Amino acid sequence: MPAVTETREAVEKLGQSSYKWGFETDIDMDVAPKGLNEDTIRLISARKEEPEWLLEWRLAAYRAWLKTEEPKWAKVSYPPIDYQDLHYYAAPRKKPGPKSLEEVDPELLRTYEKLGIPLHEQAMLAGVELPEGETARPPVAVDAVFDSVSVVTTFRKTLEEAGVIFCPISEAVRDYPDLVRKYLGSVVPAGDNFYAALNSAVFTDGSFVFVPKGVRCPMELSTYFRINAKNTGQFERTLIVVEDGASVSYLEGCTAPMRDENQLHAAVVELVAMEDASIKYSTVQNWYPGDENGRGGIYNFVTKRGACRGARSKISWTQVETGSAITWKYPSCILQGEGSVGEFYSVAVTNNHQQADTGTKMIHIGRNTRSTIIAKTISAGHSDSTYRGLVRVLPKASGARNFTQCDSLLIGDQCGAHTVPYIENRNMGARIEHEATTSKISEDQLFYCRQRGLSEEDAVGLIVNGFCRDVLKELPMEFAVEAQKLLQISLEGSVG
Amino acid sequence: MTQFLDISGLCARIDADGQEKEILKGVDLSIPPGEVHAIMGPNGSGKSTLSYVLAGREDYEVTAGTVNFQGKDLLEMEPEERAAAGLFLAFQSPIELPGVNNANFLRTAVNAVRRARGKDELDAVTFLKTARAAAKELSMAPDMLKRNVNVGFSGGEKKRNEVLQMTLLQPSFAILDETDSGLDVDALRIVAEGVNRLRSPSFSALVITHHQRLLDYLVPDRIHVMAKGRIIHSGGPELAQQIDREGYTRFLAEAEAA
Repeated sequence: MPAVTETREAVEKLGQSSYKWGFETDIDMDVAPKGLNEDTIRLISARKEEPEWLLEWRLAAYRAWLKTEEPKWAKVSYPPIDYQDLHYYAAPRKKPGPKSLEEVDPELLRTYEKLGIPLHEQAMLAGVELPEGETARPPVAVDAVFDSVSVVTTFRKTLEEAGVIFCPISEAVRDYPDLVRKYLGSVVPAGDNFYAALNSAVFTDGSFVFVPKGVRCPMELSTYFRINAKNTGQFERTLIVVEDGASVSYLEGCTAPMRDENQLHAAVVELVAMEDASIKYSTVQNWYPGDENGRGGIYNFVTKRGACRGARSKISWTQVETGSAITWKYPSCILQGEGSVGEFYSVAVTNNHQQADTGTKMIHIGRNTRSTIIAKTISAGHSDSTYRGLVRVLPKASGARNFTQCDSLLIGDQCGAHTVPYIENRNMGARIEHEATTSKISEDQLFYCRQRGLSEEDAVGLIVNGFCRDVLKELPMEFAVEAQKLLQISLEGSVG
Repeated sequence: MTQFLDISGLCARIDADGQEKEILKGVDLSIPPGEVHAIMGPNGSGKSTLSYVLAGREDYEVTAGTVNFQGKDLLEMEPEERAAAGLFLAFQSPIELPGVNNANFLRTAVNAVRRARGKDELDAVTFLKTARAAAKELSMAPDMLKRNVNVGFSGGEKKRNEVLQMTLLQPSFAILDETDSGLDVDALRIVAEGVNRLRSPSFSALVITHHQRLLDYLVPDRIHVMAKGRIIHSGGPELAQQIDREGYTRFLAEAEAA
């Protein structure tokens, strides 16, 4: 029996879940029939009024996908996925015409409210700008992805004035076809891996960011991905291009409504940094992890990769992963430009029956390239978490340096933590360091905190946040606060 | 019965490597409000176990007896509830919390206890002011608030940090489990002064120690001798000198004879 059907039946028996963000929004959906073939892809492309070259690109990806095998090397297990049993396209039925907020489905705005999108961001969604001279909090632009189609984009004007393009990728295809054509698939080729090929064939939306030469993006860019359609795989595609001397900080945050079955998510994120450019990409991922027995939950098979093409460019990935039933994700950096810098800061939390196989790849191609990897893994319940990281130094990367630190924290005695570092060095002048620790939250620590008046859960939260501090401090302020709460919520009930 | 802390017939055991081991074998002890009592006794007599059992450590199973704390059944309460009710344990070996900022830990603890006691939480500025002043009185280096809880602290710094926590948490009853061990004379005096500052009609303490020296600075109202899981002898502060001179042999022999 395919996973989705089995899980649906299992979960239907469960009734209410304790997942905090579990609800479904009742909006008319425009859904493509189940199944994947060339006609599905043509339908998606036609619905999105795409140019011929993109359709051809998709079809080529689809053909590559047919020849590719689902990767089996990760330390995760799940029942087989029937890719023909999924819908590949769902779009909120749009009224024809403009996109002013008044015309946005009020139901959708209520969804944002339920999702707890902070008030100031709702205000921004409503087009209210901060008063002149307000510096306490830099503004955040939100490109809200509701299911597959970006419904509303704010702050476009401010960004436009700075010369920054931030829009749904489908719009970018229409408005900036040359840019998209030049960079799409240039970091993650269409046939790169099974899930990337699938994404390339059927991606429906995502974000496009372009920061031109010398521009420091005037605000942090934030996209809230929400998965909200029954039985619809999510295939987001994000492309961020930062030109010489320019910089951007991009925040991606996710909470998903409660699902009644496993949901496949196979996103692709491509980053391109030119000379002296810097990209900071932060993620807080909180998709439905399934119930305490491991039923339901999202399958998150993501390909994220950044190319440091120019000299002294820098790409920094920071991620806090608490959600999903299965996570398969390795945000990577290709360090091509001389003196370019790649960073990966990660906290991965697994509880109950979650499985995570996550890490990074740092490919040192250019001279004097540097990379830093700080990975914190927290396992609780019956979960299994693996850090899998590759550091590869190519012959020309003289003076390359890498520092890797992998720390695992175990809560309880039913969980697992694994560290699988791959180091391939082909340059004698490179310096590679790897440190790893495994520890447990001890009874002593818990008792000490509780004797001081902290509840057991506050104590776990405090200890875990302390464990993750090196990563959390890399997050933008507002994300750091959210992430701390998330860590605690994710581990509720994991001790005692 | 003192109506403050009354321990009666307390028995407790621990499961050590699959073997049930009886450690407390009927402890009777009453501490009135405002008094400082000391417990002395040979190694393995159950002194630390008594402190853990009073603080609510779950490794120990209470098999008999009662503990009444300010009118409440202490043994029914969770460790954090005991802390909120005013019980504080200064650990013999304070625990390290890597990555957890000491000031942040202290504030989280103080506010948790204040919340439970129905008081307003302290904001960061007020708290830091209070904490800095208290740290200074204990001759602690200012950066100790910024460091991680007990990580890389010397033995003396750890003990001072315990007394700092006690000062800020304002307990009505403190247990000091060998707080003097590993301290030099100066540190001993500073720690004792820290405890003495808290002495008031609404503060009681139980001081567990091996040495008479601490009791020179921290003069107790009563001294109890504990051996083989029971209190076998009690007396006034002069008992400390006697133990220092003669050891426990005489008390043990008397207890055997009885």
